[in-house]
Amino acid sequence: MVEQRTGKLRIFIGYAAGVGKTYHMLEEAQQLKAQGVDVVIGYFEPHGRKDTIARTEGLEIIPRKIVDYRGSTFEEMDTDAILARHPAVCVVDEFPHTNVPGSERLKRWEDVQALLDAGIDVLTTMNIQHLESLNDQVWQITGIRVRETIPDWVMEQADQVVMIDVTPRALLNRLERGVVYGREKAERALQNFFRESTLVALREMALRQTAHEVEHRSLVDASDALAGNGGPPRPDQHHRILVLVTPDPETAMLIRRAKRVGDFLDAECFAVTVQPSGGLAGLPEYDRESIERHLNFARNLHIETRILVGDDVPAGLVDFARRNQITQIFLARPHDRDWRSFFGRDLIQRIVGLARDMQVVIVSPREPVAGVSK
Amino acid sequence: MGRELRRRTPDELLLELQSEEPESSVQKGRLKIFLGYASGVGKSYRMFDEARRRKARGQDVVVAAVQPSVSAEVAALLSHLEIIPLIAVAEDQTAVDLNTVLARHPGVCVIDGLAYNNPPNFRNPTRWQDVDEMLNAGISVITSINIQYVAEMRQLIESVTGKRVNPTVPMSFIQSAAEIEIVDAPSEEPGERSPEQQMKAVKREQRLSRLRELALVLAADVVDHQLTEYLQRHGIDQHFGTHERILVCITPRANVQEMVETARSIAEKFHGELIGAYVSQHHISAADQAALDEKLTLMRSAGASIEMLHGEDPVDAILQFARARGITQLFIGHSQRSGLWSRLWGNPVDKLIYRSRGMDVRVFPQ
Repeated sequence: MVEQRTGKLRIFIGYAAGVGKTYHMLEEAQQLKAQGVDVVIGYFEPHGRKDTIARTEGLEIIPRKIVDYRGSTFEEMDTDAILARHPAVCVVDEFPHTNVPGSERLKRWEDVQALLDAGIDVLTTMNIQHLESLNDQVWQITGIRVRETIPDWVMEQADQVVMIDVTPRALLNRLERGVVYGREKAERALQNFFRESTLVALREMALRQTAHEVEHRSLVDASDALAGNGGPPRPDQHHRILVLVTPDPETAMLIRRAKRVGDFLDAECFAVTVQPSGGLAGLPEYDRESIERHLNFARNLHIETRILVGDDVPAGLVDFARRNQITQIFLARPHDRDWRSFFGRDLIQRIVGLARDMQVVIVSPREPVAGVSK
Repeated sequence: MGRELRRRTPDELLLELQSEEPESSVQKGRLKIFLGYASGVGKSYRMFDEARRRKARGQDVVVAAVQPSVSAEVAALLSHLEIIPLIAVAEDQTAVDLNTVLARHPGVCVIDGLAYNNPPNFRNPTRWQDVDEMLNAGISVITSINIQYVAEMRQLIESVTGKRVNPTVPMSFIQSAAEIEIVDAPSEEPGERSPEQQMKAVKREQRLSRLRELALVLAADVVDHQLTEYLQRHGIDQHFGTHERILVCITPRANVQEMVETARSIAEKFHGELIGAYVSQHHISAADQAALDEKLTLMRSAGASIEMLHGEDPVDAILQFARARGITQLFIGHSQRSGLWSRLWGNPVDKLIYRSRGMDVRVFPQ
């Protein structure tokens, strides 16, 4: 069998429902079709928007799959049918969607991976608030914990990320006219995600993230081209980041932040936990499960993880750091109640004291801005 | 959690008044700018499409400038709109017919292409000044510009493209816009090419990517500016952390070399803001002062702005400033003082970590 090329992924990114991501995606699909490209719609969410629905005219739609779950029926993208049809380009709306339990894959982005692996190009849409590494910042801005997230490495795989911009004022006008949602839903949406300051902040995040994606791709392309011509490889990865994993729930926030800084600095990331001999098995159930969950979370974000054995956490951590040429250690700022305990202030002080040849970054949680939490 | 309200400062009140109740009897027009990174990304289409929609909603829309050549799609949109033609002195010397626009006094005037110099002997040397006059007359304006033509970007753009940019529009005018919208599009995709063509294409695409990145960052900066104003106007004493702001704490004895290098690279990668701060001391030796000055110079050369802070307690002064400015990353050197001083007064680094909220504190080796 001939080796297949991997499909190309293009993400249309926005900052809220109604900015026109799906509309622009369909417009591009129409242009491709006009150029004779074999393009189909794999999944499309009409939301009852007339203008957008009109843009699907003449495009082949792969029927959705009906999935039964607990006595109800759900409609999901029929990935197998798309693979069998094997178009050149497939349009897939709502990239961060979570499939109904019992589906072959947990997430729609995993379905998209399957299409890309089969050599099908994919056009898709997402809002900035679904990017994993921005989860805490989005919480800070909106008071909402977004549960459906896209790992940053998935976004990084996209060949192109295009920002679909519209001003918040124009968006709020659309919302008030009932273009985006039905009237009732609009009222509710206006209260939360659609407060003007929230929209402005999310928009700024989307613009900055897109700028980062553009820069990142440009650097990678350039180094690839140079490498092909015998030029120098990518610059040395001189930063190496180490994250301390504990049972503390803030560890997830810490991992996201460290990974984001690491991605921007082109640094490699490691996450470790230091446990007394006996490892995780000797821990109380809550601690063990928390640590396992955090390590798993790190691995899902493509961070290498280790379980180190040692009775002295700071010594074990800094020793590992030194042996692995770590330049930056990331720690979560302890809660006020833990500040005086062994796992609090003393831990930070001792690590800072031992790691005098490294940078130590203490990350504190981003609390929601006053007035936004429900 | 309740909304945090506080008394507004006179500056904020002024800002509020200015934004909600114009002082003159004529209400100033609203400026909306479509920003792109190259021609052909679709600015004209987006702008005239908005003009069409506004007209359909009953607004009084007039077009006063179109590009020399337009696509079929744009031409179709234009056929539905009232046009006041440009005045042509020569083939490449045109100007908006300002007097006719002012006399006609539409609700909204559309100007495709903001960065033009007017021919000699016109009232204003540049088109953006014409637009300013329209705004002052109470006419709202929708216009378009490419990032290349923003004056403050000129040097950077010239270093990227190698081309000299002539007509430009000052950044302050772009920032005065009520609304800015970016028209983004992917930069050209490389096809199958010979290695030589490939190199050329990659270089071209890199230039375009850089322009695209600059346009996105400029739009983000304008949006950030709007966000700050919005929060101030509503008396919300907090920041959203959408823009990375790095504060480097400088002391005479601090080893700033590594701090500056890391700060510069993080600020660059995050398109963030870099600030250096030191807390003024009453008694500072000549040697310390010289050391401090040297460090401040180093910070400035890394593109940082410098702030002098005052306060009895340096940790308080730093944290207060950090909170007011929405600092997301605070850089500090390992404490010099240890032993008795720390035991009596507490280690300042420790205190800083303890009191910090909603930010990263990065402790550097000394």
